[in-house]
Amino acid sequence: MGYHWNWGIFWEQSPEGTGTYFDMLVQGLETTLVTAALAWLIAFVVGSVVGVLRTLPGRVAPAIATCWIELFRNMPLLVQLFLWYFVVPDLLPGPWGVWLKQLPNAPFITAVLGIGFFMSARVAVQVASGVEALPRGQRAAATALGLTGPQTYRYVLLPMAYRIILPPLTSELLNTIKNTSVALTIGLAELTARARAVQEFSFQVFEAFTAATLAYLVVNLIATLAARWLEDRVRVPGFGKP
Amino acid sequence: MSNFDFDIVWQNLPYLFLVGLRFTLTLTVLAALGGVILGTLLAILRQSGGPVLSGFVAGYVNLVRALPLVLVIFWFYFLVPYVGQWVTGSPRPIQVGGFASALITFIVFEAAYFSEIMRAGIASIPRGQSSAGQALGLTHAQVMRYVVLPQVFRIMLPVLLTQTIVLFQDTSLVYVLSITDFLGAASKIAERDGRLVEMYTFAALVYFVLSFAASRGVQRLRARYAVPR
Amino acid sequence: MSAVIQIENVDKWYNPAVQVLRNVSLTVSRGEVVVVCGPSGSGKSTLIKCVNALEPIQHGRIVVDGEDLGGKGVNLPRLRARVGMVFQHFELFPHMRVLDNLCLAQCKVLGRSRQEAESRALVLLDRVGLTAHAAKFPGQLSGGQQQRVAIARALAMDPVVMLFDEATSALDPEMVSEVLDVMVGLAQSGMTMMVVTHEMGFAGKVANRVVFMDQGEVVEDAPSKQFFEGAGSERARQFLSKILTY
Repeated sequence: MGYHWNWGIFWEQSPEGTGTYFDMLVQGLETTLVTAALAWLIAFVVGSVVGVLRTLPGRVAPAIATCWIELFRNMPLLVQLFLWYFVVPDLLPGPWGVWLKQLPNAPFITAVLGIGFFMSARVAVQVASGVEALPRGQRAAATALGLTGPQTYRYVLLPMAYRIILPPLTSELLNTIKNTSVALTIGLAELTARARAVQEFSFQVFEAFTAATLAYLVVNLIATLAARWLEDRVRVPGFGKP
Repeated sequence: MSNFDFDIVWQNLPYLFLVGLRFTLTLTVLAALGGVILGTLLAILRQSGGPVLSGFVAGYVNLVRALPLVLVIFWFYFLVPYVGQWVTGSPRPIQVGGFASALITFIVFEAAYFSEIMRAGIASIPRGQSSAGQALGLTHAQVMRYVVLPQVFRIMLPVLLTQTIVLFQDTSLVYVLSITDFLGAASKIAERDGRLVEMYTFAALVYFVLSFAASRGVQRLRARYAVPR
Repeated sequence: MSAVIQIENVDKWYNPAVQVLRNVSLTVSRGEVVVVCGPSGSGKSTLIKCVNALEPIQHGRIVVDGEDLGGKGVNLPRLRARVGMVFQHFELFPHMRVLDNLCLAQCKVLGRSRQEAESRALVLLDRVGLTAHAAKFPGQLSGGQQQRVAIARALAMDPVVMLFDEATSALDPEMVSEVLDVMVGLAQSGMTMMVVTHEMGFAGKVANRVVFMDQGEVVEDAPSKQFFEGAGSERARQFLSKILTY
């Protein structure tokens, strides 16, 4: 192949003047991790609330939950980010929109919110399916003991539901990390964007992408191991073997 | 919101649909077909390919699934010309068009996800089915071809279609290569005429309607298929 | 004798075409043990679930310990806490140790301190013979042991009445008697009980009255001696001959 490899490229100064190319990638990785962590926080909290709503008796709460889920699940993440970044500021009353547009870290905030809400729909589906996987008698037993609805969810249903859905939740967490790369389209300087920048400055495309690939693999591995550790820790003795 | 201009959407409908959406749908269908075929092969190799081959396939599937699609799109955009050069023995990297590059990327990327679906499907077929096939004198390959896979496709059809809806949404990411898919077309008009609000809202609406309708269709299919085996 | 449970003219349906309870009336007095039996689909399990409002009713009135379940401002959680219920499938909370299963509602509903709840729990575990298993998880116990824990969990709330919804029908045969023994002991201690069961031996031993239901109606409500010596209705006689044949 007519490609000139240069693995030493990472230790050369980048033209941005903020350190080496390696430093660029490390900063990108940091941005990826921070963005993903905050987006996951939103996804987990909002997704849990929406998932619980979906399992409540009656019609109104489940209908609201279904609308939320369908809304955020049926548009590409990229399009959702564009909506948050380009459209929502225009829909807000004048000064608010301007304020939003001029935030110095608008790409970051948009990415956290956009990815968080996008993933919340997926978390909600998992939480609801976890609650529905429990025997119906569990809710009845808690109710019969005099626990209120919130207490039933807090002490009886959710602790088991979260245990059941831990494996799929782990893949949703990994998806959240991967999805932060979509935010490069609105100017977030995350890992893939930085690898691309290294390539544009240095023309060492494959070195840059290899480094990013390895970084994603390591992050993936750590998250997977952490999840497995958590699964072991919260495993209920005598309750199946997940 | 003060001056939402529907006219800009109306005027550009032919471009949006005949150029943009057509590209998106073509890419989706071809990538889904290619991805299912390659994914099925990978699933079979992984299940019955010997330790080295199945280990290699497992490594490939896990690698692809650990990477963001955006990064994979960039990888292939730069890699495919070199691979083409190597395959054809041409003196210089071969320039492939945006469509070919995107199609190869999506087939190879989605195959990893489709192969996991097929693997779960193969695992769900009772062992007795293969035993019965082999007892009739069918070879291993014949058992796969005539007994196992037809059942797997039937069981997994809703899941494969759901993954195809995800693929349909994911094709919007070719935006990063400045390709004129549906979102690319909307974006080009948005930038040219300074009509970001109208174009992106319209694009979101179209994606929503198509995905929502398709997933409703899959749900109906699932309900119809939900008969005891 | 004062009534602990008063069921008056209760109708229940899921839709008008499927009526599961028809004009059911039934009273359980303090200290009484009432066995409710009948073929599957007769509405007996539904009826017992209505007694602590786990199932809504469409018509009629249910009064428990002096409070109308459908009354205005009735505090259902508080009322349910006074009614112990034992389920067919035990419904212990799998992620909690046996002791925590017994303490949860005591602390969260009755507001007892953890210490108070634990000492009450240990007394009851002793009563059902499971003190040694206090620190285990439900999944580590046999079905019979789980059901005894479930009985102890209900008793920990110091209920005025205990409801048993086919408490032995999900058990392996060899575990039925250990649970029935606990129930008999409870009956003999003077607990008010409403028991949905097919165990006619239990009924003969401790029930004051037997209620026979069929197709959502109370067909017969008689003192148990009278019921077994000669059930008044043809349907009840047929039912008895079917389940007593073996």
